[in-house]
Amino acid sequence: MRVLNLLINGDRVEVAAPEHWTLLEVLRYELGLTGSKQGCDKGDCGACTVLLDGKPVLACLTLAALCEGRAVTTIEGLLPAHVKAGGTGPDPVQAAFDECGALQCGFCQPGMMLSARALLDRNACPTRAEIKDALAGNLCRCTGYTQIFEAVELAIARRIGIEPAPRAWEAQRMPADEAERRAREFAEARERQKEPR
Amino acid sequence: MLRLPNFEVRTPERLDEAVALLAELGEGARVIAGGTDLVPNMKHELFTPRVLVSLARLPELRGIGDAGPGWLRIGAMTSLADVAADARVEQHAPALAQAAGLVAGPQLRTMGTLGGNVLLDTRCQWYNQTYFWREALGFCLKKDGTLCHVVEGGSKCVAAASNDTAPALMTVRAELVFAGPDGRRVTPIDDLWIADGIANKKCGRDEILVEVRLPHSGSGHRGAYGKLRDRGSIDFPLLGVAVKLELNTEDAVADADVVLTALQARPVRIKRASELLRGVRIGTEAFLAAARGVAEQAHKQAHPMPNIPGDADWRRAMVPVYVRRTLEAAATRAGPVHAV
Repeated sequence: MRVLNLLINGDRVEVAAPEHWTLLEVLRYELGLTGSKQGCDKGDCGACTVLLDGKPVLACLTLAALCEGRAVTTIEGLLPAHVKAGGTGPDPVQAAFDECGALQCGFCQPGMMLSARALLDRNACPTRAEIKDALAGNLCRCTGYTQIFEAVELAIARRIGIEPAPRAWEAQRMPADEAERRAREFAEARERQKEPR
Repeated sequence: MLRLPNFEVRTPERLDEAVALLAELGEGARVIAGGTDLVPNMKHELFTPRVLVSLARLPELRGIGDAGPGWLRIGAMTSLADVAADARVEQHAPALAQAAGLVAGPQLRTMGTLGGNVLLDTRCQWYNQTYFWREALGFCLKKDGTLCHVVEGGSKCVAAASNDTAPALMTVRAELVFAGPDGRRVTPIDDLWIADGIANKKCGRDEILVEVRLPHSGSGHRGAYGKLRDRGSIDFPLLGVAVKLELNTEDAVADADVVLTALQARPVRIKRASELLRGVRIGTEAFLAAARGVAEQAHKQAHPMPNIPGDADWRRAMVPVYVRRTLEAAATRAGPVHAV
């Protein structure tokens, strides 16, 4: 066993854990912070992403014994940090993921949001390509990523005070009058076909 | 869930202390740098050391700076993300910056180190598996067994060198500085390799890689890295191509080098690359023809094994394509070549 002093989500925490435990095991099984997910557990999927001194790392490959004195941010820490910084409600990234439906099963979402948070902390206005690069280490098997990228872009648009780009489903949605016009044309064409020549 | 076997962690604060610790503990100890290769391998019980000696608190192993006139040093513990983003690395070894920027995904580049990538364990799909999986097949040559599942009746392990930065460092003739019980030794990276998948590096268990040194490059230096993989975001290479071109004042090639990785147990240098490209001006038809010549030569030399993901025939067919594209990218400073 080893006694560790960690700064978890802004709180000084003293925790005893077996020497060979990973940071993810300490977070989930000693501290009860189960927001960081145990997916592949070998560094492929990114579900266990946490911020270590502000940078996204994989908690499943990080030895807890080597985190002595370091600052760890998990998904549980985003809302309190936002409120402490003078905001209200969840972190803007969390709010944007919520509004854009950037999840289905939700398993990848904590890691995804922490990677996005770290990106926005170092780059106020990233491009779609930079967002893709920053989230490349977080795999999602449900959404196809589109809503996730849109959520990050919505959070950026809000922060810099501009209108967000139309979302893919909005851009692809047909206006009601256009749909009605096409339906009428189609019906008329069928009627014409039925008429004897 | 994959649990780690039991071990103890030591965090020496001086390099000589770390070397002494390794010498004292012998077989029972392993070095841990970023842990992105070692920890999954330990979870698969490929290594079960009693003690892990962490290099995290050794200041000599950090940072990028000058190493005497004409040389750049990169501390072995410098993260791959820092190597990829450094302007001096980009200037003197663009292929290295590109290769470091294409290792795995962003989290792993933040954690993983240059030294760790150079000393990466070889990979094979019969080896990088859990104990349960390996035991069911009666193990393999590289670990615990006597059979090779890749080459029938094979007596030599063919696990593939899978480090992206190694071929890039070979093209710029980098040197490695190791610290051991007998002091420091400097070795050209070309002399590090052995064509044996079980242990493909000449590096003692009690030695620690301190830094990588690169010679400064002139204004005619061009470099690029090409990487083939299934998922562009996180995978190990199915093929890696590092290219160096040295141009003279007329933009003609004075010297060239092409090194491939992920084909066999050690990185492979393509023969006659410099001979085929020398004297040819970049941006001309002649350069494209010479690049095709080098690509053909690479295809002759490449014999990928069916031991990492991706069909071996397809990976071989991709060799000339990636060699040609990476040469063209180096000439036009358009690297890296990374289609996914």
